[in-house]
Amino acid sequence: MIEFRSVSKQFPDGTLAVDDFSLTIPSHRTTVLVGSSGSGKTTLLRMINRMVDPTAGTIEIDGVDIASLEPVKLRRSIGYVMQNSGLLPHRKVVDNVATVPLLRGVPRKTARADALAMLDTVGLDRGLADRYPSQLSGGQQQRVGVARGLAVNPNILLMDEPFGAVDPIVRAELQQELVRLQSELGKTVVFVTHDVDEAFLLGDQVVILEEGGRIAQIGSPTDILAHPANDFVASFIGADRGKRALHVERHDGREVLVDSDGRLAGVLVGDAAPGQVGVPR
Amino acid sequence: MNIFGDALNWIIDPANYSGPGAIPMRLLEHLGFTFLTLLVASAIAIPFGFVIGHTGRGRGLAVTTSGGLRAIPTLGLLTLVALWIGIGLGAPYVALTVLAIPPILAGAYTGFEAIDRGAIDAARAVGMSEVQILTQVEIPLGLPLLIGGLRSAALQVVATATLAAYVADFGLGRYLFSGLKTRDYAQMLGGSILVILLALALEGIFATIQRVVVPRGVASTRLLVDRARPARPRPGMEPAITKGNP
Amino acid sequence: MNWVWANLDLIRDRTLDHLILSVPPIILSFVIALPLGWLANRYRLSRGVILTVSGLLYAIPSFPMFIVLPALVGTTLRSPLNLVIALTIYGVALMVRVVADGLASVDADVQRSAVAVGFSTWTNFWQVELPLSGPVLLAGLRVVAVSTVSLATVGAVIGAQSLGSLFTDGFQRGIQAEIITGIVATVLLALLLDGALVAVGRLALPWTRARKSVRAAARLRLPVEVTP
Repeated sequence: MIEFRSVSKQFPDGTLAVDDFSLTIPSHRTTVLVGSSGSGKTTLLRMINRMVDPTAGTIEIDGVDIASLEPVKLRRSIGYVMQNSGLLPHRKVVDNVATVPLLRGVPRKTARADALAMLDTVGLDRGLADRYPSQLSGGQQQRVGVARGLAVNPNILLMDEPFGAVDPIVRAELQQELVRLQSELGKTVVFVTHDVDEAFLLGDQVVILEEGGRIAQIGSPTDILAHPANDFVASFIGADRGKRALHVERHDGREVLVDSDGRLAGVLVGDAAPGQVGVPR
Repeated sequence: MNIFGDALNWIIDPANYSGPGAIPMRLLEHLGFTFLTLLVASAIAIPFGFVIGHTGRGRGLAVTTSGGLRAIPTLGLLTLVALWIGIGLGAPYVALTVLAIPPILAGAYTGFEAIDRGAIDAARAVGMSEVQILTQVEIPLGLPLLIGGLRSAALQVVATATLAAYVADFGLGRYLFSGLKTRDYAQMLGGSILVILLALALEGIFATIQRVVVPRGVASTRLLVDRARPARPRPGMEPAITKGNP
Repeated sequence: MNWVWANLDLIRDRTLDHLILSVPPIILSFVIALPLGWLANRYRLSRGVILTVSGLLYAIPSFPMFIVLPALVGTTLRSPLNLVIALTIYGVALMVRVVADGLASVDADVQRSAVAVGFSTWTNFWQVELPLSGPVLLAGLRVVAVSTVSLATVGAVIGAQSLGSLFTDGFQRGIQAEIITGIVATVLLALLLDGALVAVGRLALPWTRARKSVRAAARLRLPVEVTP
């Protein structure tokens, strides 16, 4: 469990990125921080592994104040995946994945063997192990990034817009892959994105952020979609328009769903199971 | 082309290969001087350059100082120092070390700046200590530009060492000055050819080293490394110019 | 300072000598490097050849260059022409790469749209590529100016008159003030020419603020005087 208690962050230039932020992030679940730029979401994420230290307030992981932990050691125990993979260009794929285990003193041979197994886990061909990052596609690089994040089998995995830079088709593929991985591994995932669809797809708990890290709403995707807390949330998730605002029309005796732009969204086939309502895609 | 024939004759004349002031000895003096100067300049410039590149601090100061040092005419500095500390090798050593520092310093920190910020940020985020980031990420990735800086410095030192013969009795430059004095054009030209060959040989060696030290995974983005566009975004940035062959 | 007041005429004469040696190479190197740099940017093969040759020329130390040139092109060792040619070679060698890089830095979309609306290669070069690469070219030319002024002093060792003569003369006669004057005068002259180029740039490139080219110059990592 990760707990933010009245956390604030003011950068040296005076910008108040996060103001009095409190949040509990449950273990073994995916929590998605979603917001537009300036919402402080990345700053919040980077506070968890002390890439950024708060100017006020505390952050606890399983009851331990992380300010009392040595940053380098803390980071080695937390997986981190970032937007442009951040792989080391001069190291082969397998060595990139083995980076943190090697830092932690795992023998080279073991680390490499584990890294190869990790490539399987994230759905990468072992044949790519001896390539350099620049020889991989964007999607493959991101998978390597995920493999590196998971290499030390951390309890916590931080993901900073990890699929933001790949094309939509690959992104959808990677999102499904993450859903699968998470169902197998059950990590405490903290995921940052500006894409509401992505947040609703991946998040068990979704945190919608306004400017300065103010929480507009917390809840499951269903909760949020069914009961947007205010106009900001409703407009942010697009509940009042487009493909989320569906209504039923009858055509030749069948009920079809039409969105607010009049585009056909699907057919109504009966009562959906609870929990699956809401997000047509 | 009779003049060149004379110069070549001078170069291969066995008389110039024995006794004091023999060609091999002058060549060794020249090379040894260059090597030692580079060594001392590197010992001063590289640590500073690494600190500037790693922390991003002190860059403005380094640029200004280097710029100022570069604007100073080498011959002026050489003769001035020679007046201060007397004729001999001391003055050239001091003057040339000072002149060799800016390119090495710039090579060291621009090498770091050219590295993708994301890679360094990620290295820190996964738990590399600052020393590990330096040794495992920044130095290997910044090495090609550092070698580029050493290459510039080496050429500058070899060239100025020729002039240093004006204030000290050493190196290949002696042939040029004594030829000038006695109007012995064959000796002057022969000496010049030797200096030029030495400079080109060093240029070739450094160009090769520079190519070899490019980490293999980066080789496909060689052009970028060559032109050293810093990854750290800066307003008004123009493509940088670096010396050397493509 | 006494030495300076007593020798104002000498300083003025040497400064004029120095200007005669250094201004023509700066202008010539720009004019000559323009077509060469264009060629280097345009074709792969010519790029390799031109940049390799200019790299090698730039690697030649200046003192030997001054001595070899008369044997190659028939100039007189101590004549200003000999130095002007040598300094132009360095300027061109440096500037060719700048022109090639500058042209390469022109936004490809702008170029494509220029071609699409009907610019010929010739008009595209003069009206699109050249102005847009202007800030880079200006920055490069400023490096050429400073380096040329500095290099011209080396001519003093072969007896060509310039501010460098104050170094050799001061050294032989043991007058420290003369050498320091020479250094200061050389640096001031370099700054003067640099300032003149900035002014020209401001007139020729009104859409870029001058600050931009200053920053561009600061970014140039080129060793200004590799070949003294």
